[in-house]
Amino acid sequence: MNHFLLSLITGIFIGGAAGYLGTLMLSKRMALVAGPLGHLTLPGIALALLYGFDVSLGAFPFVILGIILIWLFEMRTKLPMEALTAIVFASGVAIAFLFLPIEQAEIALVGDISKVSFWDTLSVSFLCLLLFLIIKKIYSKMTLINISEELAKSEGVEVKKYNLLYLGAIAIIVALGVKVVGGLLTAALVAIPAATSRNLSKNLFQFSLFGLLFGAISSLLGIVLYKSFGLPAGPLVISVSTLFFLISMILKKD
Amino acid sequence: MRLMDKNTILKVKNLNVELDGEKIIENLSFGVKEGDVLTILGPNGAGKTVLLRTLLGVLPYKGEIEWAKKIKIGYVPQRLPFIKDIPMSIEEFFKLKEASRKEIKEILNSVGFKENPALFQKRGIGKLSSGQFQRILVAWALIRNPDVLLFDEPTSGIDIGGEETIYTLLAKLKEKRNLTILLVTHDLSVVFKFSNFVICLNKCPICQGVPKEVLTPEILYKLYGEEVKFYEHHRH
Repeated sequence: MNHFLLSLITGIFIGGAAGYLGTLMLSKRMALVAGPLGHLTLPGIALALLYGFDVSLGAFPFVILGIILIWLFEMRTKLPMEALTAIVFASGVAIAFLFLPIEQAEIALVGDISKVSFWDTLSVSFLCLLLFLIIKKIYSKMTLINISEELAKSEGVEVKKYNLLYLGAIAIIVALGVKVVGGLLTAALVAIPAATSRNLSKNLFQFSLFGLLFGAISSLLGIVLYKSFGLPAGPLVISVSTLFFLISMILKKD
Repeated sequence: MRLMDKNTILKVKNLNVELDGEKIIENLSFGVKEGDVLTILGPNGAGKTVLLRTLLGVLPYKGEIEWAKKIKIGYVPQRLPFIKDIPMSIEEFFKLKEASRKEIKEILNSVGFKENPALFQKRGIGKLSSGQFQRILVAWALIRNPDVLLFDEPTSGIDIGGEETIYTLLAKLKEKRNLTILLVTHDLSVVFKFSNFVICLNKCPICQGVPKEVLTPEILYKLYGEEVKFYEHHRH
């Protein structure tokens, strides 16, 4: 199978799942969290590039570290989430470039979807489908938690369990997302399609569906543009997504 | 602790709640019987909402809280500031509680929404007036027929439509559905008109009993201090 088709399939799956999860993250006012998580994966991506293994595999342990950090941060301090973003942002980048040769920086920072193999595509598609099912399963309970934890608890929702599943889904999507857009741009992958969707949707069904669609279509168009113009795919995907967002602001009715 | 009476719904004994090292509720004991309308009265910061949350089981506590077996509780929160950030129709809000279409229709009707149900349920939850939203929250709590309604500070001033206030609506629902109601408020007129039992709370319990008997001017002064003039003024 040719590389273009494989990268297209991989991109669409990751973009769709990220956009779908993004709507949940936006409801929880956590859309930006994928940012510091992505930055934190940079040392992992650097290691993967140096030793020649899959960047998502390199990123994953660092995302888990990040999730634990967020969890501790929420439990132990009363600082707002922005503070964490600020703390982690620079340190991830800094540590990565302590040992990653600068020539390889581009892939780490903005991703390189063109390198995916058949097995990559297969495993990514499978993981994304699994993610989709998990998110769909927790969507309504998570929405209730996002509205009010107390209300959810009074309904007997096991808030901790759902939060854990939700954070797990974020970890996987960030680790997969670095394939498409690198460590620097993962927040955009979840945040922009969700924001676009919110501008255009009247209800929860549309909100989650449009998030998924805008994520998938942005990846599709971005990768097609990459094929046509030879510019890096990751930044193109994000640019297309941003364009949709700008249009949605014009179309937004209230 | 003695066994619960047949028609006792809730027994609280020596309840102590501490949050972030600060004592919020101290040594509170009381009981609630079936059909009671119990008001929890006190100034801002007295621990009323904390008490309600503790009874719901979402806050840690010391002491005893014993609900009657198989009791179903409906909770009406004071406000849900984040709900307007999420695009959601009225129907979808009820579906979060796995309510069926038929149930939603019936319950909306019983809290006084007479609009075409199919159309009304598609309305965005963020587009409701605050009075409509409060009625929606009551309706939401009533899904699955709870025995007890815990209501955090209904806003008495809100016009919820027609001549009705939230209290006349609650009184009607109480009769129809055989509800026991626990209500947080700082509005004295509500306590006198609507409830048969009051707990005055200002961190420590100040008094409890039948409103007309226990709410003497001295007690109110103790509860509210200087503020009491304001509350007396509003008592008609």
